[in-house]
Amino acid sequence: MNGDAFSFTLNGTHALALPSGALLVPSENLICISDLHLAKSERMARRRGVMLPPYETRATLDRLAQDIAAAQPTTVVALGDSFDDIQASEALDAQDRATLARLQEGRRWVWIQGNHDGGAHDHGGEGCEEFRAASLTFRHIAEPKASRGEVSGHYHPKYGPPGLGDRRPCFLLDASRLILPAYGIYTGGLDAREPVLRDLFADRALAVLTGTRAIPIPLPAARRRSRSA
Amino acid sequence: MLARADAPALLLIAPTGAGKTLSGFLPSLAELAGAPRPGLHTLYVSPLKALAADIKRNLLAPIEELGLPIRVEDRTGDTSQSVRKRQRVDPPHVLLTTPESLALLLSYEDAPRIFEGLQRVVVDEIHALAESKRGDQLFLSLSRLDALAPCLRRVGLSATVDDPEEIACLLARNPEPCVILHADPGPPPDLSILETGRPPPWMGGAALHAIPAVLEEVKRHKTTLIFHNTRAQAEIFFHNLWLRNDDSLPIAIHHGSLSREARSRVEAAMLGGELKAIVCTGTLDLGIDWGDVDLVIQMGGPKYVKRLVQRIGRANHRADEPSKAILVPANRFEVLECVAAIESALDGDLDGTRRGPGPLDVLCQHILIRACAGPFAADALFAEVRTTGGYTDLPRETFDACLEFCATGGYALRAYDRWRRLLLRDGLWQLRDPRAAKRIRMNIGTIEDTGSLSVRLRSGSHLGEIEEYFASTLTPGDTFLIGGQVVRFEGLKEMTVEVTRRPDAQPRVGRFGGGKFPTSVVLTHRILAMLQQESWPELPRHTSDWLALQRRISRLPQAGRLLVETFHAEERWHAAFWGFAGQNAHQTLGLLLTHRMEVQGLDPLGFVATDYALLVTGLREIEDPASLLDPADLREGFETWLQGNAVMKRTFRGVALIAGLIERNLPGSRKTGRQATFSSDILYDTLVRYDPDHLLLRVTREEAQRGLVDFGRVEEMLSRIQGRIDHARAARVTPLAAPLLLERGRVPVEGRARERLLEAQAARLLEEAGLEELS
Repeated sequence: MNGDAFSFTLNGTHALALPSGALLVPSENLICISDLHLAKSERMARRRGVMLPPYETRATLDRLAQDIAAAQPTTVVALGDSFDDIQASEALDAQDRATLARLQEGRRWVWIQGNHDGGAHDHGGEGCEEFRAASLTFRHIAEPKASRGEVSGHYHPKYGPPGLGDRRPCFLLDASRLILPAYGIYTGGLDAREPVLRDLFADRALAVLTGTRAIPIPLPAARRRSRSA
Repeated sequence: MLARADAPALLLIAPTGAGKTLSGFLPSLAELAGAPRPGLHTLYVSPLKALAADIKRNLLAPIEELGLPIRVEDRTGDTSQSVRKRQRVDPPHVLLTTPESLALLLSYEDAPRIFEGLQRVVVDEIHALAESKRGDQLFLSLSRLDALAPCLRRVGLSATVDDPEEIACLLARNPEPCVILHADPGPPPDLSILETGRPPPWMGGAALHAIPAVLEEVKRHKTTLIFHNTRAQAEIFFHNLWLRNDDSLPIAIHHGSLSREARSRVEAAMLGGELKAIVCTGTLDLGIDWGDVDLVIQMGGPKYVKRLVQRIGRANHRADEPSKAILVPANRFEVLECVAAIESALDGDLDGTRRGPGPLDVLCQHILIRACAGPFAADALFAEVRTTGGYTDLPRETFDACLEFCATGGYALRAYDRWRRLLLRDGLWQLRDPRAAKRIRMNIGTIEDTGSLSVRLRSGSHLGEIEEYFASTLTPGDTFLIGGQVVRFEGLKEMTVEVTRRPDAQPRVGRFGGGKFPTSVVLTHRILAMLQQESWPELPRHTSDWLALQRRISRLPQAGRLLVETFHAEERWHAAFWGFAGQNAHQTLGLLLTHRMEVQGLDPLGFVATDYALLVTGLREIEDPASLLDPADLREGFETWLQGNAVMKRTFRGVALIAGLIERNLPGSRKTGRQATFSSDILYDTLVRYDPDHLLLRVTREEAQRGLVDFGRVEEMLSRIQGRIDHARAARVTPLAAPLLLERGRVPVEGRARERLLEAQAARLLEEAGLEELS
């Protein structure tokens, strides 16, 4: 699996961007995933009356189970927006609950709070707003003035260079910070070139595309122009 | 018409321009001429908004002249909210509308009151509606109208069709009979192929070589309609036509991607007699009676004989004079197609449609619309639906599956009992949350929405729309054509494509969507028969010489056999499969064959599919083509491997939109574009994996087989050739195959090859950017 990953160093800590969209920090034996948005279909049905195929929790957990089986981490950090909202966290069916509990067995499990899933839920593990490991700080939303080594999620970045097919979920990376792609199945994305996202990074920054292999590709420079509304 | 006014269903078949629309109204006017009681008497439904407006003008003239106390109004997507509201409270005697607006009217709770006195419904251009889901929706709506208005009589107006009985069956309330009236077909049309003075190019569809000759014809005639098969071709042609239009003849462009204002301007100019010609697409196939059109030019092969006949009828809307049309082949193959099409049109040998049973996604939408109007009993709705031509044989369990889908999503994992959309109370189905009606109404309709984005100038004026996919391939600075002008892509702002005018730039062509139909079976069979002639006196010299050369060097394709030519050219091995099964089927065949080639280690690189042939390119020669063409293997490949294909996903999107799984216009959801709605491809993949028997996957498979994947035509070809495969190994590229090498739109073989390409480019970019140190 790691042969298909992208290896890099952030603030002195070696890490791997896995093709699935998970981050592996070997020195800490830690896996980090962001924006699972579990039970999104339940929330869509509840809030908007749309009944999407209710299998995204299963599909997302199946994917996570594969990463965990391969890496055998001692710590899993869920980087926020793990549930589509706090009510959705109660809507997991018995099978999905059992799967999640099995994944948590025998390892530390950290739920970082996101903007979607504020509040307490009953899915084990520990909750917090920020988490530190090695030289890295894990939080849900990137802070523009964060010190080096910030790992965050929230934006669901996507990128595809022009002419090379569809945009894919991607990691975004420069010497100072890393933003993870959304790991959940039913998640849209924000183009990495959008100023709100692009401006968080230095001119020299990388997108690491997910897929069958993690593929690094430079991000085009920020378009620094003020646009009249 | 008057003699048959009381028939419960009546189909009038008449050539375009024979005044059939007004005759459809005669019985209504006669009934209303006395002292009409207030309320709706006659409903007129046409596929085009413009037609409704035009009919209104034509109807009002005699009504006002005779001083009849009859109120005529139209109601379409363009009608203002206040007028629509008033129409529901106080309906006119005659209401002119579209299938979508009718479905919307039926979704209101006051539908029974609006329609209770309805006497007649007139369906115009029913032959065109019958070919699409819009027709299926309309016919379901008619079954609803029947329940609300027991005296309803139905009138259908159709152009000449191959099978009037089939249309009659759709029109009538089954199993009741339908009277069919045939009007005088008029004199045969005057059809010819444009003499351009030089042979058409080998490949391509733009027919730019014909521009001077086309301009000459435009000059010689009063008003000319220049039809194109796709919007993109119309744009290219129009752009180049103006570069050569030295006399500044007033020529405009009209197609479905242009803004409504742009189109109405052109229509008004046309009615005012200000234009010499309009470059147009299928949007002008039907509709408005423009008396002054005395010439129709068909650019490119017409693909369908019926379409050609329809277009021919656009010229000379007078029944006693022949219509005049000139066909312009854009390449060598189309010379054959145009000659075959002219022969078919003159012989009255029209292509059939054979659409199969009514589609279930449309039925799902119908159930939801019914639910919006109020509680209903499943038995009653089922009985109503079965009176509709396409659904007479609908099994109850299939209906129940559709109802279940509407109620709970129909998933094997019953997750939505709490949030279900419909519930059963006291034996009646109803919306759980009545507010859902608003969202359902916003998604009424079956017109395929490929996801289009509005194109605006920075200054704010709206130019038209382009496909979302095309927009996603643009980078700032790219230029493309829209409405005949070259514009420069500046950026995406929310869901709008911002552009500036760039008259000096070379355009990159817009992919606007719009129909890409394969050539019909009737036409391909005629072409195959033509290829077997001893000589070709009816063809231009350049084309007959070309065929003779092919016969000498290789051989010509035959109807009962499959010719496969293999040859080496440009450092690659090529194999041309002369399937004559239409572009969609060849594309499917290409995907299946290259997949099998990869398994066999034949290193395929890509393929090109045209209406006539599939050209596969690879690193090695195909030595045994028959081994790739085993019908059982192909079918299995279709069942298993093709599931993940993009055309399946695209078909699924249409089905999911119509059935109400996903929504077209989520209010407010597109505001920011941030974390935008995820792609329906994800839903498709998820269903395939976790709920493979789901109703919508079944519908998608059936539809793809008939439509984009067109496996039906692959099957037709396989049964035609019965394993009789002729393998011609040529020393070099054959005359017939040479144009295929020039064809654009090569489909690369998916898989490792493409991934390798991406990785290579990514690595190169990394190096150029000097960013390796980040890794």
